[in-house]
Amino acid sequence: MIDFLNAIVALSNFVLVPAVTYGSQLALGALGVTLIYGILRFSNFAHGDTMAFGTMVTILVTWGLQAGGVSFGPLPTALLALPFGIMACMALVLVTDRLVYRFYRDQKAKPVIFVIVSIGVMFIMNGLVRFIIGPGDQRFADGERFIISARDFKEMTGLREGLALKTTQGITVVTAVIVVALLFWFLNRTRTGKSMRAYSDNEDLALLSGINPDRVVMVTWLIVAALATVAGALYGLDKSFKPFTYFQLLLPVFAAAIVGGLGSPLGAIAGGYVIAFSEVMITYAWKKVLTYLTPEALEPDGLVQLLSTNYKFAVSFVILLIVLLFRPTGLFRGKAV
Amino acid sequence: MKKLLTATAAAALLAGTAQADDHEVKLGIILGFTGPIESLTPHMAAGAEMAMSEVTESGKLLDGMSVMPVRADSTCIDAGAASAAAERLITSEGVKGIMGADCSGVTGAILSNVAVPNGVVMVSPSATSPALSTAEDNGLFFRTAPSDARQGEVMATILMERGMEEVALTYTNNDYGKGLADSFAKAYEDKGGTITINAAHEDGKADYSAEVGALASGGGDLLVVAGYVDQGGSGIVRSALDSGAFDTFHFPDGMIGTALEENFGDEIDGSTGQHPGTDSPGVAKFQEMVGDSFEATSPFAPESYDAAALIMMAMQAAGSVEPGDYKDHVMDVANAPGEKIYPGELGKALEIIAAGGDVDYVGATAVELIGPGESAGNYREIIFEDGKIETVKYR
Repeated sequence: MIDFLNAIVALSNFVLVPAVTYGSQLALGALGVTLIYGILRFSNFAHGDTMAFGTMVTILVTWGLQAGGVSFGPLPTALLALPFGIMACMALVLVTDRLVYRFYRDQKAKPVIFVIVSIGVMFIMNGLVRFIIGPGDQRFADGERFIISARDFKEMTGLREGLALKTTQGITVVTAVIVVALLFWFLNRTRTGKSMRAYSDNEDLALLSGINPDRVVMVTWLIVAALATVAGALYGLDKSFKPFTYFQLLLPVFAAAIVGGLGSPLGAIAGGYVIAFSEVMITYAWKKVLTYLTPEALEPDGLVQLLSTNYKFAVSFVILLIVLLFRPTGLFRGKAV
Repeated sequence: MKKLLTATAAAALLAGTAQADDHEVKLGIILGFTGPIESLTPHMAAGAEMAMSEVTESGKLLDGMSVMPVRADSTCIDAGAASAAAERLITSEGVKGIMGADCSGVTGAILSNVAVPNGVVMVSPSATSPALSTAEDNGLFFRTAPSDARQGEVMATILMERGMEEVALTYTNNDYGKGLADSFAKAYEDKGGTITINAAHEDGKADYSAEVGALASGGGDLLVVAGYVDQGGSGIVRSALDSGAFDTFHFPDGMIGTALEENFGDEIDGSTGQHPGTDSPGVAKFQEMVGDSFEATSPFAPESYDAAALIMMAMQAAGSVEPGDYKDHVMDVANAPGEKIYPGELGKALEIIAAGGDVDYVGATAVELIGPGESAGNYREIIFEDGKIETVKYR
């Protein structure tokens, strides 16, 4: 019995908790991608760097607050700075839309042109972030580090395995739930949300029924900026902020959105968790857990690891390929890519 | 216009010949002034240049010859750029020896592409890859840094002496990490230790929880982190501490720095490590000489001083600045027998050699060249106590 509990705790500590946290961060990122795809009809490759920009502003404001002696008790100060990051990010995407995307929208450019344009935007944002905060690692987490640390858990329960739950992991999951609930309420219950969905389903019909396209586009960008900043800031708080890792995040985020079904918000969330759990579980060495679960004679000698952790990113690629081959619309019947 | 051009060309030629006079010899300093170790290289170059100006001022090298340093950028990672820089030093600047290069990868590239074909001596202060011990060098390559094969053995000995017979090992995925991990794994298993898991990690990731999950599954008495303190190494340690996977570690040279104390403090009490270091009186003399002009304690700065000094003393012993003549004298001046030479005594050493005497260069890092011309290696064993790095002993 004790062995079984130890196995569960070890599994939670090294697989479940990190995967749920990472999955929530991916889901928030994928929601932004999927909204752009559903409503503005293109794959926004600049999304990773939009996240980086929002996070950067959050970090700068956090440092300002920390220098001014403001703190948020046991919670990270960055949560107080988050609204500023969101506003700056909103301003950035609106300006980008005005200067770049609107030009191509007026020309009724093909989606592939938008994709190429978004790659250009990505490089500019990339440069902007590096120019302002530099290419290095930035840490901005403060406050209480743990909800419960591995050592305390072991003392409390007397188990051999510890379970650590970081404050940032808790905050990530709670924030993700709140943000997703708000988003669904907005899309399903409010007039603007409904007009966005109508515009996404059938643009011409929506225009005929008097929906203002400029307003829909603007609101979409505002929501995307908020989602991107929240996702980026949570990822940065939980792990660390470095412009290059946000650029790399683009792959799992897109994989999540496509696996779930592009254009489907529910799919983006499911996709985020699918990608996160597969990445963590396939590269996890199961020896520890199996040692607790199996009788002594059957204990594994090897590490029982399917793939070395070096191939973590390859996992999202493979899942992406499988989904595109067998179910191009994704798990939740989004639009075909 | 044509006349003007001819005149300029002639003047340039004259200037060129004027520079290559008998009373000056040029030595190249090839280090990664840009790239991943750009914060260390200015101090390394300053160390080498200090030795050169010391010799020039003494006026004792081959009847008052002066030594001119010429810097070039190895980039630390780009073998093509490094080879081109070395080629330029040799063909257009006419250097007679090279103090460098720094990182193991570019050092190997310069050695095989430029130094060996041109027959120029190279003395590297910091390339530690074991692969360089067996590189084809025609007796032209030396290093004042020890090979990581030696560090692997020292590390295995320290761990066995402390009774750690089962460890998990992670290394940064490059020439340095892989070379060190391999030599350690071999030495440790020869001594009867068990490595439960041997896994690479990539630098510059935001999240190492998957890597640490796998390492924790392997288990062991402690975790050996053969990485960089400013890079993935610290990320691994942070993640291992957070998830309770390991709370003691063993750190080789790439991980030891003040950043480790700042990042983790007393969280890693009881952890051990080692890095090149010596308690020879040479270090103190070197630091005293340097004063405030640059950071004497910066990694590989003393090794750079020694590398440059060895080249110049070998020249004196051979009575010639030609690499083909003096390459056979590098080992002689570096090792016993002879009078021991410490930093600041280069003039005295040159005098002894000129008079036909023998010197044993000790320098700032207790230089002792073994085997294929590399430092035997002195290491400082350390332990974390109350969040501070404390010296256990030198070995």
